[in-house]
Amino acid sequence: MTGTETVLGAPVERREGQEKVTGTARYAAEYDSPGRAQAWPVPAAVARGRVTGVDPAPALAMPGVLAVLTHENAPRLGKPDDPTLALLQSPHVPHRGWFVGLVVAETLEAARAGAAAVRVTYEAEGHDVTLTAAHPEAYVPESANGGFPAVTEHGDPEGAFASSATRVDVEYRVPPLHNHPMEPHTSTAQWDGDRLTVHSSSQGTSAVRTELARMFEMPEDRITVLAEHVGGGFGSKGTPRPEVVLAAMAARETGRPVTVALPRRYLPAVVGHRAPTRHRLRLGADAGGRLTSLTHEVTTHTSRVKEFVEQAAVPARVMYAAPALRTAHRVVRLDVPTPSWMRAPGECPGMYALESAVDELATELGMDPVELRIRNEPETEPDSGKPFSSRHLVECLREGARRFGWEGRDPRPRSRAAGPLLIGSGVAAATYPVLVSPCAASARALPDGGFLVRVNATDIGTGARTVCAQVAADALGVPLDRVRIEVADSDIGFAPMAGGSSGTASWGWAVHEACVRLTGRLAEHAGPLPDEGIAADADTSGTADAESSYARHAFGAHFAEVTVDTVTGEVRVTRLLGVFAAGRILNARTARSQFVGGMTMGLGMALTEDSTVDPAFGDFAESDLASYHVPAHADVAAVEAHWVDEEDAHLNPMGSKGIGEIGIVGSAAAVGNAVHHATGIRFRELPLTPDRVLTGLLEHEHPAGMLGT
Amino acid sequence: MDSQHEGTAPASPPQTSRSETTLRVNGKPHTLTVDHRRVLLDLLREDLGLAGAKKGCDHGQCGACTVLVDGRRVNSCLLFAVALDGCEITTVEGLAGDGEELHPMQRAFLERDAFQCGYCTPGQICSAIGVLAEAAAGHPSHVTDPAAPSGEPVPLVREEIRERLSGNICRCGAYPRIADAVEDVIP
Repeated sequence: MTGTETVLGAPVERREGQEKVTGTARYAAEYDSPGRAQAWPVPAAVARGRVTGVDPAPALAMPGVLAVLTHENAPRLGKPDDPTLALLQSPHVPHRGWFVGLVVAETLEAARAGAAAVRVTYEAEGHDVTLTAAHPEAYVPESANGGFPAVTEHGDPEGAFASSATRVDVEYRVPPLHNHPMEPHTSTAQWDGDRLTVHSSSQGTSAVRTELARMFEMPEDRITVLAEHVGGGFGSKGTPRPEVVLAAMAARETGRPVTVALPRRYLPAVVGHRAPTRHRLRLGADAGGRLTSLTHEVTTHTSRVKEFVEQAAVPARVMYAAPALRTAHRVVRLDVPTPSWMRAPGECPGMYALESAVDELATELGMDPVELRIRNEPETEPDSGKPFSSRHLVECLREGARRFGWEGRDPRPRSRAAGPLLIGSGVAAATYPVLVSPCAASARALPDGGFLVRVNATDIGTGARTVCAQVAADALGVPLDRVRIEVADSDIGFAPMAGGSSGTASWGWAVHEACVRLTGRLAEHAGPLPDEGIAADADTSGTADAESSYARHAFGAHFAEVTVDTVTGEVRVTRLLGVFAAGRILNARTARSQFVGGMTMGLGMALTEDSTVDPAFGDFAESDLASYHVPAHADVAAVEAHWVDEEDAHLNPMGSKGIGEIGIVGSAAAVGNAVHHATGIRFRELPLTPDRVLTGLLEHEHPAGMLGT
Repeated sequence: MDSQHEGTAPASPPQTSRSETTLRVNGKPHTLTVDHRRVLLDLLREDLGLAGAKKGCDHGQCGACTVLVDGRRVNSCLLFAVALDGCEITTVEGLAGDGEELHPMQRAFLERDAFQCGYCTPGQICSAIGVLAEAAAGHPSHVTDPAAPSGEPVPLVREEIRERLSGNICRCGAYPRIADAVEDVIP
């Protein structure tokens, strides 16, 4: 396998596949060493207040318990960049579930029993954890996640809306959602004198090392962070999370290697969640279906620990040509756990609301929703006026419609049924920005004819090491099996995390550059290679992060078919089909898996995933996998992903856009729109659980006040 | 609101109780003095260094810890090891036969790219092997035709595979590929 035409894009098998199917792939909790201890955190039992006393004696009296760390005896750490990591540094309790202690013990059983035995007393304060659209403390932040301005406005959205021939003015709601990667957040830390080594379940080791250096006030070169295998993350392991700080702290205090594996039900409170969003959308159109005004306003929550604003109105700045456009975010600081990234923050909930509202507009206009979207294609990015580096949304819509069999669809709601089942189909568009960051990499030609490529990528299940090896083989012009690759080690060099759908672009760019340089050196070299081989380094600082004069985004289209059971209210997705335009696809095999995985998570968002902040207790009522329902096998019947070929010279040397997140963007809207087509009822709050759907069906069949008559 | 909250604490620290227990794991006998609180999953991972079975939830909600006990699939996080004296345990590490590199199910998962992060994979594979045996033995599932003859092997159509594997969660969403892989291995 040589040359560009075969190795890049080929459906190459995952390099670590054998280890994963045989159980030999090691994750962060699985690095045992003599004397390793286990630790179990103690979560706060009040929604807001302070710890007034800790009695560790009952725990310390238990066999096997080594230490109880609390704010009273834990070492003082340097100020973290992320305030959610200032653990055991003060008696303050900002939200329920915040860690107020850590029990270190010889075994998991002793640690767990010890944590249950630590007596903590609190002085509780009144709390407010309930987000409402009209919350008096809602404010406009300076910026939303990603550094986007909170508010943008073009033209006269109010006036244009008021004078539009057709108007849609609707509100949508998305509940809090949880990442719940299969591997809970885990770190194993070990000190060797003044050197710290950490195996961390993280999406990026560079950021973990930097934060640990800051907090433990030591140079970065005395810290090694490794993440050879990571059991998913979906954003929640994008930056260091509490367990790595606790593990390093406990290891230093006890002089033992220590593993902190967070119990599943503690995750929602401490690793970030997708913040709930309330959306108000106002869409005005002329008689021909052209948007005259588009307003997307979002209200969300953040914690009192730090401000995180889900940038859900941002995709409206990209999607459609509307001469008058307003997007705005407001946020309320509440006594809730701190929200953070979850797969496609901003785009995911934002496009659910926007694409549902566009479907409503199509219904109002009596237009086909595919055609309505095509009619509103912008020539340049609506918010910035920049030209698109490439934009093939229309092709995705047309190709998806063809594959799905959209043509000939009876647009009337409730036009198809089979026994007690109503059948409907829906469409929604998808978008995700092209992000890329600087990265270091090296490539070395070895005397045995092989090549060693080193890049501090993290493979959280994306196939990163495989695709980086493909990029290297392509740039070197050598068969793939001659390329060895090392990843996920902070000592390799700096690298951005696996996040923002930017990993492959960022790591791959550096790998490509190192390999191109190495090829040049090899061309100049005569005779056999020296024993150590010949190496070349690359650092893409200044190039990868250079400002582009183009608006760069991936696009896609989802088509869903659902059945709605009129007896039980159960919605089932019988087909979900996505077509994406995401630049060059670098590994057809792993790319398909990522697209399908994102779509499946979108299916969960549409139908099953629901979390609520308990107003009395202040934490999430659905804190484990028995109550927070992620999709299971039986929920996922037929999910398929396709892509259109896209050439784009304004991206990176490989010509790729990110693919990790776009699969979840818009998929929930396609399902919701299909449910409307099936039932004629517009549900505007996720998820579409049987209780909600059945209630809607009953109200529809029997107008309010008529039930039982 | 100015109340005090207190964690519950036992009156006196419990003494750890242990018992000698013998398990056969992947064909080899192991005799250990086991903390009565130790579940099979932790015994495998912590005492035997068999970390293939994964801890996803520790509550029987995710299936990542699935192993075979006397040929039947179980959530190893829910079984006290001390109660399994004399049992035959098979983990993902013990699936391949003598001289075989991979069990056909492992090979099918690899060929179908039936995983991403890999954390649920050992459980999915053990569970799928359990499914084949259950269907062959005529165990019905929720989606089995009630009119199907009792005790006869149940054909593993796609819907049966999906239903029977629903105790094994995959957050990466590899479900369609997993079902493909299992279909490949159906005798």
